[in-house]
Amino acid sequence: MSGPAIHVERLVFAYPDGRQALYGVDFTVQRGERVALLGPNGAGKTTLVLHLNGILGSVAGGTGSGRIQIGGTGLHREHLPEVRRKVGLVFQDPDDQLFMPTVRDDVAFGPANLGLRGSELDDRVHEALVQVGMQDHADLAPHHLSFGQRRRVAVATVLAMRPEVLVLDEPSSNLDPAARRELSDILSGLDVTLLMITHDLPYALQLCERSLLMDDGRIVADGRTRDLLGDADLMAAHRLELPYGFDPLSVPGPERKG
Amino acid sequence: MSGDGLLVTVDSRVHRLPAHVKIVALFVLVLAVVSTPAAAFWAFGLYAVMLVAAVVTARLPVLLVARRLTVETPFIVFALLLPFVATGPRVDVLGLELSQSGVLGAWNVLAKGTLGVVAAIVLSATTGPRDLLAGLERLRLPATLVAILSFMIRYLSVVSDDLHRMRIARESRGYAGGRAGHLKAVAGGVGALFVRSFERGERVHLAMRSRGYTGRMPLLSTRGATSSQWLEGLAISLAAVAVALAVRVVGL
Amino acid sequence: MPVHVPDGFFDASTSVATGLIAAGAVGFSLQRANREIRETGPALAGLTAAFVFAVQMVNFPVGAGTSGHLLGGALAAALVGPWTAVLVMSTVLLVQGLLFADGGLTALGTNITLMGVVTVLVGYFLTRALLQVLPRRMGSVVPAATAGALLSVPVAALAFTGLYAIGGAVDIPLGKLATAMVGWHVLVGIGEAVITAAVLSAVVANRPDLVYAARHLQRDLVLVDADGNTSTVAPDKPIAAKPAGRTLGVGVAVSLLVAGGLSLFASAHPDGLEFVGAKLGFESAAEDSAVAGSPLADYGVSGIGNAEVSGALAGIIGVLVTIVVGLAVAKLASVRANRAS
Repeated sequence: MSGPAIHVERLVFAYPDGRQALYGVDFTVQRGERVALLGPNGAGKTTLVLHLNGILGSVAGGTGSGRIQIGGTGLHREHLPEVRRKVGLVFQDPDDQLFMPTVRDDVAFGPANLGLRGSELDDRVHEALVQVGMQDHADLAPHHLSFGQRRRVAVATVLAMRPEVLVLDEPSSNLDPAARRELSDILSGLDVTLLMITHDLPYALQLCERSLLMDDGRIVADGRTRDLLGDADLMAAHRLELPYGFDPLSVPGPERKG
Repeated sequence: MSGDGLLVTVDSRVHRLPAHVKIVALFVLVLAVVSTPAAAFWAFGLYAVMLVAAVVTARLPVLLVARRLTVETPFIVFALLLPFVATGPRVDVLGLELSQSGVLGAWNVLAKGTLGVVAAIVLSATTGPRDLLAGLERLRLPATLVAILSFMIRYLSVVSDDLHRMRIARESRGYAGGRAGHLKAVAGGVGALFVRSFERGERVHLAMRSRGYTGRMPLLSTRGATSSQWLEGLAISLAAVAVALAVRVVGL
Repeated sequence: MPVHVPDGFFDASTSVATGLIAAGAVGFSLQRANREIRETGPALAGLTAAFVFAVQMVNFPVGAGTSGHLLGGALAAALVGPWTAVLVMSTVLLVQGLLFADGGLTALGTNITLMGVVTVLVGYFLTRALLQVLPRRMGSVVPAATAGALLSVPVAALAFTGLYAIGGAVDIPLGKLATAMVGWHVLVGIGEAVITAAVLSAVVANRPDLVYAARHLQRDLVLVDADGNTSTVAPDKPIAAKPAGRTLGVGVAVSLLVAGGLSLFASAHPDGLEFVGAKLGFESAAEDSAVAGSPLADYGVSGIGNAEVSGALAGIIGVLVTIVVGLAVAKLASVRANRAS
């Protein structure tokens, strides 16, 4: 297979209640890239990523237009199972993602839908839980886990499907500093294309060399994360602010690691 | 309200029994109790002994069982009214003129209701939610119903927490309403709660479809019960059936 | 107030019969709701059930120092449709019975019939009937469902009285019981109506697309494309409109189910269902010598008198329910047919 990991063209979408969220979105993400998707609340970021595996949009019977390609293949109804395996979506609220009675059931849900059974399924579940360091909690119910643990299990539920593209919706929100660092260790160790919605700008700079800035249902800027964060006028125009005392030009980013 | 129900996490023979065996056992037991005529007092004594044995075997704290019995309070009130409102021949008890059928009826409701609740407590206190779902699935409850049950149990604590937070928010803003004000405040909050819950339901469905869900939930139950487990689980219920049958034989 | 009927409250034959009605209603609803649930996912129904469960724990004052709480049948019917609502209510009752030991297992059928089927169907059909009369806009669903909720509670109380007449263990004056139950539950129904109104207004204000009972009243969407061109699109129609004939068929089936279930009691009692259950055992015991002459000896006789009254009352209720349901369905069907032609 060839072509970019994600390619989106002139994407338009309105929700069933009449609220329009996307007004023509264009961007491309190459294989292996780590890209942050920045923007104020209500910019349409979550709506956009829900299009990437055909959950929303005309392919799912919704109201909208435009074109999406994943790994060079257009998004069509008949490809949906394959696209949903390739694009793993981690939702913002882990309680939305963890819907089965136990951690093990939940991580097994995706691979079971792919047709895995028996020991093959068990191995896949174990492997994914080891990747996020949660293998000792497999038999717990989600409501017995801490928030940070739930976030990690949510990542594991997607990793168990061995995705090519990992899409995360605000992965660092509501995490305490240690849990936030543990998650970044996990994410930077993964060998996948990464698209990450975040309000946590230092996190974006730490993990992603490139950023997209979205506002009012459109992409308004696309470039190196360091450049975007350093552009004070652009930031102010789209309600983005750096944490007190944070200077994006003086901290190490992913580009230094090579 | 916790998503664990009344589960008491100790290890016992009853805890280890497969859930579907326990559900069947509960049903058989309660059916035997319900079909026993109210006047066969000795039979209810035997049922009570059997249930105490079950509670002891399951290593349940007596206090928990007693506290949980309060769920039948409204019906105790109803039962206690029966001797006063029922018609038919009267009987004099401690200076009160009571209806005979009412007295027996009150006993009937109290005895059967209490035994039924204790039996149900033994099930819910020894069976985790996941096992219960697996048991119902094994008993061939329609898959859609098992799925709805599973999501309901999973999100019970999440929705209850939302409700709880909304009440705290209301009270921390100095809310202390009279009757009408209370109802209004509660009702407004409940509306917001529904929108929240429903939107969560939508997001969960999106999350499921993102991971390849196409309309069939994976099965939960993995192994069945051995015949010795069936025998062990049904022991008390079968004894109860024997008692219920004995009542008929003696009665005739 | 009597919410969850415990084990042994009704005799075994009544429990078995209501169990059959409940199983039939749930099976029918599963079949009817199958398509919706495939579209929107079982999670939505599960979350709705969790919501109903949570809200049932919120008490509101009724009067005389007592309180009531939402049953939620009519509300759930307006929000997710009658068939999913029956499943939601049944799920709530099943969890309460199995996970929280609330409501007897042999009384599950009775509880589902009263709180899961009667409240939902009465609430929904009244809501739909009123929507045909009220102005054709989204906001009309609030008063319509409010009326549905208000009526659903006393009707459930009346159904409870009917069941008591048939399968109650003790002979108490039914007129008094019915008056007390209905009178009290009108008050509870007011609380139910207020909460239903508030919930629906909130949902209509925020997510009008979520109200099942008013889906046909939704406005078209306006879409602006990448070049700024505006176009109008019909909103998603997750559920295709059903032909009127089928709706009528469903309505008739439901009416027959309700009427059939109730008149089954009326005709079968006192001879038919007597073979099962506590009464037989007790009556024979009483007629023999064991308890003869004791204060309990007359119980069997009073039981038969009870049965005659109960048969008549059940018949009347059965006919009434059938008429109400039938009228609502006929009205619905005729309006739909008019619109189609």
